[in-house]
Amino acid sequence: MSFDESHGSPKRPSMRTPLGRVRNLGAAHSGTSDFWRQRITGVAMTLLMIPALVIIMMLLGRNQVYAAQTLSSIPVAVILLLFIFASAWHMKIGMQVVIEDYVHNEKLKLTAIMLNNFFSVAVALASTYAILKLSSGV
Amino acid sequence: MLGRNKHQKPPMTARIERPLSPHIQTYRWTLTMALSIVHRATGIALYVGTLLLVWWLVAAASGPAAYAHVQAFSSSIIGRLIVFGYTWALMHHMLSGIRHFVWDLGYGFKANEREALTWGALIGGIALTVLIWIIAYANGGGR
Repeated sequence: MSFDESHGSPKRPSMRTPLGRVRNLGAAHSGTSDFWRQRITGVAMTLLMIPALVIIMMLLGRNQVYAAQTLSSIPVAVILLLFIFASAWHMKIGMQVVIEDYVHNEKLKLTAIMLNNFFSVAVALASTYAILKLSSGV
Repeated sequence: MLGRNKHQKPPMTARIERPLSPHIQTYRWTLTMALSIVHRATGIALYVGTLLLVWWLVAAASGPAAYAHVQAFSSSIIGRLIVFGYTWALMHHMLSGIRHFVWDLGYGFKANEREALTWGALIGGIALTVLIWIIAYANGGGR
């Protein structure tokens, strides 16, 4: 995000020192929060990987009635909800890093970051809705 | 100007010649470099692959007809290849990520250690993928 006037330009070089520039949480204005959340969600998914794989193994080759019944049990639903929440957040941060690294046009970058947010939230909400619908037995 | 003495000299505004980082072709290709790109590539693949997870869950919540479509896809050759690739991407990205946690904690930076961690993620990812598929087939996934 380069809306900050402090960055300067070739014509009007910034008078701010490098230290002054990284103050106020650095260039992204969010400090290391994304870095930290990337780690939290990564550790969470690593811990949830075995239960998540067991759930998928339980459902292999089974029909929808059995799958719906299994997915609506509380431990299974909670494990999958946690896994989905962690992965949606993790992938949102990861893709944002990729976009920020490779998309240099400011408008295109902001558009891509926005679409990334939409996609990640949509993935999380659609999956959550499906699990809650199964759990409520409607 | 936070706390700067006004009698002090202003900071230099001329561009300082500092050594630049050479571009990627200049470096000798190393395992850790290659695997850094693979980590990112598997992350992007998993990002797109979540659509499969969403499709599966939404279909399970929608009913038998929708679920049958998912099963038809996942038992087709192309479907199996995609899910196999997804399994590998997930296992590799997880182990490669654990390698990053080790580095984040400040360990494993010696040349032989970082090579060993990287080989571990590469071989471990393939081994876990094969193991999962063996268990899956033994568990009736081939039906």
